[in-house]
Parts: sequence; structure tokens; C-alpha cells
Amino acid sequence: MKKVISCLTVIAMLGGCAGQIPPEALQFQPDNLANRQMQSRKYDIKTEKDLLSASSNVLQDMGFNLDESNVPLGVIVASKSRDATDGGQVAGAIVLGVLFGAAAVNYDKTQKIRASLVTKPAAIKDPIHVSIATKSGKQIKFDQPVEISDGFIVRVTFQRLVWNQRGIMTKIEGVNDPEIYQEFYEKLSKSIFLQAQNVE
Amino acid sequence: MLNKRTTFRFSLLSLAIMTSLLTGCQTMKERVLDSSADGQTSVELRAIQSRSFDTADKQKTMRSVIATLQDLGFVVDKADLDLGSVSATKLSGYALRMTVSVRPGASGKNMIVRANAQYNITPVTDPKPYQDFFVSLQKSMFLQANNVD
Repeated sequence: MKKVISCLTVIAMLGGCAGQIPPEALQFQPDNLANRQMQSRKYDIKTEKDLLSASSNVLQDMGFNLDESNVPLGVIVASKSRDATDGGQVAGAIVLGVLFGAAAVNYDKTQKIRASLVTKPAAIKDPIHVSIATKSGKQIKFDQPVEISDGFIVRVTFQRLVWNQRGIMTKIEGVNDPEIYQEFYEKLSKSIFLQAQNVE
Repeated sequence: MLNKRTTFRFSLLSLAIMTSLLTGCQTMKERVLDSSADGQTSVELRAIQSRSFDTADKQKTMRSVIATLQDLGFVVDKADLDLGSVSATKLSGYALRMTVSVRPGASGKNMIVRANAQYNITPVTDPKPYQDFFVSLQKSMFLQANNVD
């Protein structure tokens, strides 16, 4: 009976050559909005280029290497490879190794961290209300929604890929730790300030 | 003894079934060309993956595409304004890679946005995920996504 089950499992796995995309993968979820707020900041800065160059400096400070950039679209893509060893996980692996032999030992060894940073003009679309009387006594009213440039918004997103000591991928995930984003924007605020003061 | 023989027969049979199933998978030529993806024609696939937006602003359209991808948890891989293409990857236990291209429509008054996605190692040919993507996009565009004829 056990053999039949294992055989059926193998068949099912082979038959299901293709995996199914999760339904929520491309749907707008409520937590998307929370993430947007966590990952974005607005800066009152003159040009988008200044913001991009300050941002790329911060990414360099964090040891990232630039992979791709497109100034007209406000896009910077960077990545870095780092150690992924975690003390607790290694201790657990040693215990497993003692109990079940070296084959059972697996721990995270290396990781690749990717970041994409996107800037865009922050526009307010509030209607401007103007009501003036001309010299001839004619009343002119104007209340059209007008886009006014009001600084720029920057949004950064991180993700990571983790491999274990055998070189097998163990994790692929987005990084959603608020502290990481908070610290990133503290660094960016400083970088913008320094750039404005011309002390680099 | 008899038990051993049945086991042997059984494993032989399962091996035969597995081999036949393996041959049922695609050949290299089909994989490179994606020619037999669920019997869909490239016209059908284009209709599923494309929408038209009533705007002539390519840059704004591309910025909206990038913002939407970020909202959906993607990290941008590449972006090129001249070519009008953006590639991005979402990692969430799975790897979902998308390339979105933006080109002006024939009328010169609209932009045609085409997206194609790859889920882990399979192409996404189901209309639903693309519908979801364009629903998200039209929200950030403040424009209706129209079907391309």
C-alpha cells in the first residue's frame, strides 16, 4: 500500500510539470499600501537628479554595487553578496549533525541582497481657487485642479536570495523589516543634507 | 520469493509509467519557442497580455508601471525609457518575473502596455493574473485599461 502511495505521489509530481501562480500574486492587497508607506519618503529637493545621486551614494555607503540605472525614469538597481550565517542556526545544525550524521546538516551560508530605488515627482492635484475682480468690474473665477511639483518621493525595496553551505537555494523573499527602511531613510536624509552643504 | 517478484514487477511497471510521462513533457524546441503553450496562438496570448491606455505620455505610463510593480512587491531589474521596457522580480517563496513594455499606439493618442510573466520556471498563460495586474495598473494610472483589437 505504501508503495502505491509513493508511486502515485511520484506520478502526480511528474504530471504536474507546471506549478500554479498564487491568485494573490498580482492582486492589490491591503498590506501593499502599508508597505508603500513604510518604503517611501518625500523629500523637498530641487531636482530628481540630486535625489538620485544622494540615494546612489547611500547605497554605496551600504556596500551595494550598481547593476542598472535609468535617470529619465528615476530608477536605480543595486545588489550585494553577503554572508548569511546565523549563530543559532549553525548551533542547531551541529546538534542535528551529531544526532543524524553529517548528511542532515544544513545551514544558510551566502545571500544576495537586491535593492531597487525609484524616484518620482510628488504632485498635488488640489484645485486652486482664484476669484478676482478686474478693473472693469468683471469677476473672474478659476478653480481647476492643477498639478504642482512639490518635491520628490523616493521608494526603495529590498529582497534577498539565500543559499545553504551546499549551494542549494533555501530562501527567496522580500525584506519587509520596518527598521531596515527607517535606517535607510535616516542615512538618505543625512546624505541629502551633506550634498546640499557640499560637504562630501 | 513471490513477494519479491511482485515488488520487482511493480517497480518495472511504475518505471514504464514514469518514462511515458517524461516523454509527455516538452522537447527543447518547444521550450525555446514556447510553441505549444496550452494550444494558445500568439494572437490570443497578445490579447491577454496587452491593454491600451488613452494617454500619449510614455514616460508617465512607464512611471505608473514601475510604481504598480513596486506596490505589488516587485523589485525592478531593468528599466529603459527609449526601449519602453521594465523588468522586475517578485520573491515570496516563489520567483515571479515580469517584463512590461510600453509603446505608442497607431493613433498616436494611446499607449499599448504589454506584460509577460514567468512563474518560477513556467510561463504564465492564464488570463486572470494579467487581468489582476492591469486592474492594479489602471488604478495608479487613473485611466481605464482598454482591450487592444
